[in-house]
Amino acid sequence: MIRQIAKSIREYRRPAILTPFLMVGEVAMEVLIPMLMALIIDEGVYKGDMDYIVKMSILIVLSAFLSLMFGVLGAFTAARASSGFAKNLRHDIFYHLQDFSFRNIDSFSTSSLITRMTTDVQNVQMAFQMMTRICFRAPVMFVFAIVMVANTGGSLVAIFAVAIPVIGVLVYMLMRRVHPIFNRVFHNYDNLNKVVEENLTGIRTVKAYVREDHQIAKFDEASGSIRNDFVKAQRLMALMNPMVQSVAYACMLAICWFGAHLVMGGEMGTGQLMSTFTYTMQILSSLIMVAMIITMMSISRASAERISEVLSTKADMELDGPGLREVPDGAIEFDHVDFSYGGKGQTLCLKDIDLKIEAGQMIGILGTTGSGKSSLVSLIARLYDVTEGSVKVGGHDVREYNLRALRNRVAVVLQKNTLFSGTVRSNLKWGDKDATDEEMIRALKIANADFIYNSPDGLDRVVEQGGNNFSGGQKQRLCIARALLKDPKVIIFDDSTSAVDTATDSQIRQALRNDVKGATKIIISQRVNSVIDADRIIIMANGSVQDIGTHEELLGRNEVYQSLVRVQLGGGSDARSDE
Amino acid sequence: MPGPMNRGMRGGATVKHGRKTFLRLFREVFRGNGLKLAVVVMCIIISSMVTVFVSNMIETLIDQYITPLLTGQMMDFSALAMAMVRWAVVMLLGVVSVYVYARIMVTIAQDALMRIRNSMFEKLEHLPISYYDQTQHGATMSLFTNDADTLQQMISQSLVGVLSSLLTVVMVFVAMLRNSWKLTIVVVLATAVMFYITGVVAKKSGRNFVAQQTNLARVNGFIEEMINGSKVVKVFCHEDESEKDFDAINEDLCTTMTKAGGYSNVMGPITMNIGNLQYVVLVFVGSAICLLGGGFAAGYTVGMLAAFLQLSRSFANPISQISQQANFVLMALAGAERIFEFLDRENEVDNGYVTLVNCTTAEDGTVTESEKRTGEWAWRHPHTDGSPVTYTPVRGDIEMHEVDFGYVQDKIVLHDITLYAKPGQKIAFVGSTGAGKTTITNLLNRFYDIQDGKIRFDGININKIRKSDLRRSLGMILQDTHLFSGTIMENIRFGKLDATDEEVIAAAKLANAHDFIMMMPDGYDTMIENDGEGLSQGQRQLLSIARAAVCDPPVLVMDEATSSIDTHTEALVQSGMDRLMEGRTVFVIAHRLSTVRNSNCIMVLDHGRIIERGTHDELLAHKGTYYKLYTGAFELE
Repeated sequence: MIRQIAKSIREYRRPAILTPFLMVGEVAMEVLIPMLMALIIDEGVYKGDMDYIVKMSILIVLSAFLSLMFGVLGAFTAARASSGFAKNLRHDIFYHLQDFSFRNIDSFSTSSLITRMTTDVQNVQMAFQMMTRICFRAPVMFVFAIVMVANTGGSLVAIFAVAIPVIGVLVYMLMRRVHPIFNRVFHNYDNLNKVVEENLTGIRTVKAYVREDHQIAKFDEASGSIRNDFVKAQRLMALMNPMVQSVAYACMLAICWFGAHLVMGGEMGTGQLMSTFTYTMQILSSLIMVAMIITMMSISRASAERISEVLSTKADMELDGPGLREVPDGAIEFDHVDFSYGGKGQTLCLKDIDLKIEAGQMIGILGTTGSGKSSLVSLIARLYDVTEGSVKVGGHDVREYNLRALRNRVAVVLQKNTLFSGTVRSNLKWGDKDATDEEMIRALKIANADFIYNSPDGLDRVVEQGGNNFSGGQKQRLCIARALLKDPKVIIFDDSTSAVDTATDSQIRQALRNDVKGATKIIISQRVNSVIDADRIIIMANGSVQDIGTHEELLGRNEVYQSLVRVQLGGGSDARSDE
Repeated sequence: MPGPMNRGMRGGATVKHGRKTFLRLFREVFRGNGLKLAVVVMCIIISSMVTVFVSNMIETLIDQYITPLLTGQMMDFSALAMAMVRWAVVMLLGVVSVYVYARIMVTIAQDALMRIRNSMFEKLEHLPISYYDQTQHGATMSLFTNDADTLQQMISQSLVGVLSSLLTVVMVFVAMLRNSWKLTIVVVLATAVMFYITGVVAKKSGRNFVAQQTNLARVNGFIEEMINGSKVVKVFCHEDESEKDFDAINEDLCTTMTKAGGYSNVMGPITMNIGNLQYVVLVFVGSAICLLGGGFAAGYTVGMLAAFLQLSRSFANPISQISQQANFVLMALAGAERIFEFLDRENEVDNGYVTLVNCTTAEDGTVTESEKRTGEWAWRHPHTDGSPVTYTPVRGDIEMHEVDFGYVQDKIVLHDITLYAKPGQKIAFVGSTGAGKTTITNLLNRFYDIQDGKIRFDGININKIRKSDLRRSLGMILQDTHLFSGTIMENIRFGKLDATDEEVIAAAKLANAHDFIMMMPDGYDTMIENDGEGLSQGQRQLLSIARAAVCDPPVLVMDEATSSIDTHTEALVQSGMDRLMEGRTVFVIAHRLSTVRNSNCIMVLDHGRIIERGTHDELLAHKGTYYKLYTGAFELE
């Protein structure tokens, strides 16, 4: 897992490796300086040796400059390494996601993918920066300081042989109790945010049912449990400082006592005693740092695991593989196709589909939810691979095509369609990046999206995130125009006019028939009206094709179709007979 | 200390009213905690004093014990032993006070944060609908996540840190002054230099932090959009373009992040080494004073100098801590400012005084208010002119009279709407997208207030009715069904919180939802997550109808879902709705003409005006817009 994520360091390897070295340099100075300071007092001040003081002072100033240099350089290399690492990590995940097939995407929830790329990357970045800066710093500082104490304080170092294990055990015990509480807090935070999010989207429902107080009570409960957990965790954490301080103070007292004896015995100068004090504090604070790092690491570990899960998911379709670059025409053929989202051995959602569609035809598909309509058409653009059998477009198996070439010629207007923030123009360019204004307007006309070129901003009208500033019907029509700009050989409408009123729907189909002659048009719908004038209508049920025929043929022989017509057009037929 | 700081860091670091925000935050945190605050401050003072004492300890040790011992003025260590016992007691006092204030602060901070969080949510629930229209959800969401997180970090850590650092600084300063004012001047000068330099660096770092937050928001927004639309990206083979776009903003983010992080990392080494240089200068000046002795420097001992040097380090440490925290505090204050701004927003105004009460009707028709739930409802109408309170039974009579409305003051979207709905009638609205159908229903329950005209409910102007009571008497089935995390049972019970399980099941049966619910793995106890992920549109609508059914309101407003559902489910929805409509006044916003035929009156809307009205047959005979719409699909062929 770590190795996989570490791959993203790449060109930032140099600063990443440099940083710890710089940090070691800084720490060395940090430890050296108090020693020099002690010497100044013992050899200089007490003996009244001004020359010595000057000499040592220059040395201190030099070390301070060195320390500053190491520190500043390290500050920037660390920032560079961690920001760069995060950038590469985001880049790698993003690119990897672009290679994902529909099946890959289905296996993650979108919200979890988003957190992985945002929060989790930030967590890992923080841990990384900490690793480069402090991880080496603390232990090195610790070792240096211990050595220095051994040097200046002599046998006083024995005190730490007692103090360090004591602190270690105390901190470990504390962390072990605190950690699960913090984990729980994070989980509760997610709950809290969920309540907020639900209320943001469902505020009208809440207000319509006057459930403000009910929701507030729900929120307060979640909020209260966070508070309680935090209080619990932080009360434990509040022990940390006094605990470490107690040990530190005990060490100091011990040093005072034994130090006094050593000084009396002439084994140590007063200055040395003072610097031993300073080192004592350094040793203890580096110990606390190590404890902190361990906790932070264990938090970011979960994030690293989640990222690595995405990165290690193998993309199962290749976008730019070898294969045919041209789709000759829009003929479609299903040859004994079985399909299951789970792969072989799972419940099939398409069973033995055998179907031929000639180029340029308009085909309607009707069927209940779960009858396999969407699955059927998704195989044409090879959004998924068949489990058994084959799907041919333009006479070739879809797997023989270069995927990009195939999808550029097979346009799909998805059921859940999305516009992207930008302008109408930038969204339409998705269909064809070189499209001229005239071409765009032509496509908009076919899609009956006259509200665009009739509005003052025209093609430059702003599209907000998710296209939220357009109504459902407007969005659908823009999505249709976007797909038309691809100049497709096959165009599939997966229930993509559901929010458009019947009259407009019918105008769009009219325009498709007249202006998009060459392309095979496949229309999935719930409305009989939308497919009534198709060349052929396919009735799907339980993953199989139940019947194929024209409106008249089906009306004559197919019960399902008859009942659909009766239910949906009952009034309409009356109206027709009224005339 | 691990905290949720890792999630956030998004809000920009611009503070407009830093001091005001800080004071307000301070008040907010310590409100009603005066005594605790006093204890905390006391403890911090004690612990700072102990810190100073400990720094002085070495002076005392050298001057009062070691030197006398060395010079033979003191014969054994017994005096030192006694002193050490005293010191130990003082240290213990320090340790205890650290624990006491840390522990108290935990509760103060967490209570304050909870209060802030809760009042934010309460505000969220009471804002007018227009707020939700105008504000992106992401922006509001980030108040609850990023801004609240940084605030949490600051209150529970920085606040005490800065406070105790400040106190320590003051105390060490006093101790230094007592030790030697001359050397103190050196320290003050060095500190001034330190502040100047850190000020310059902080400015640079702050600027980059702002840029970093903006870029981070941009990158996160882009990621969100692209992942949500990833299937569209694939269908259009747009991978390369979105990768290119992503690289550009990702690179920008990296650049600003490197700078912002670098400048803030640099703060530590700078302050520390200024401290080191200061130390050298102090050694020089101090030893000069000691060596030269006599005159004004008489009596300044080496031990005193040693102590001063120790003090100067104790002084530099908290100062460098404060300057390192500065950036973070600023960022948290920026977040706090946004939170307060949000909390200061105006609530949805409600001046209604007519309330909904349970009642019993006597045989002679007089209505009496009842404490108990009677199943009968009446409007309790107090009068301002002093006449006695009147009771009007709730019947579901709705009247709109010459109503004009616009979301923005001068842009009217509904013109001169007049209509009547008698109790039990079904009124349908028909028209193309944007004709104003949904808007009318938003006026009925006063999500928005009308500009001109009158709406009356049972003869009472709805402006006089308390909003919560008005909404309680209107059942709404909205276009998009929103479900909340919880069981199916809880989601239906949303309509009437005290409904029994039997009532809920009865409502589900009425709405035709019972059958599919029983097919779910845990029946009514099936958990709903992520706004009903996994449920089909039709099933969601059935739940929405059940929710309205359990509420049992006299008036029902139904905004038909636009998204299509299969014919079988649609038939279920239809018959569920029909059953629910019985005996109620109903407003239907129709997207399928098949659902409106049996309405008492159909209103055809166009560009915010009612252009035709009548029954289905009348309108067909009229051969106007409705006729065209109805027969449209056939006519156009």
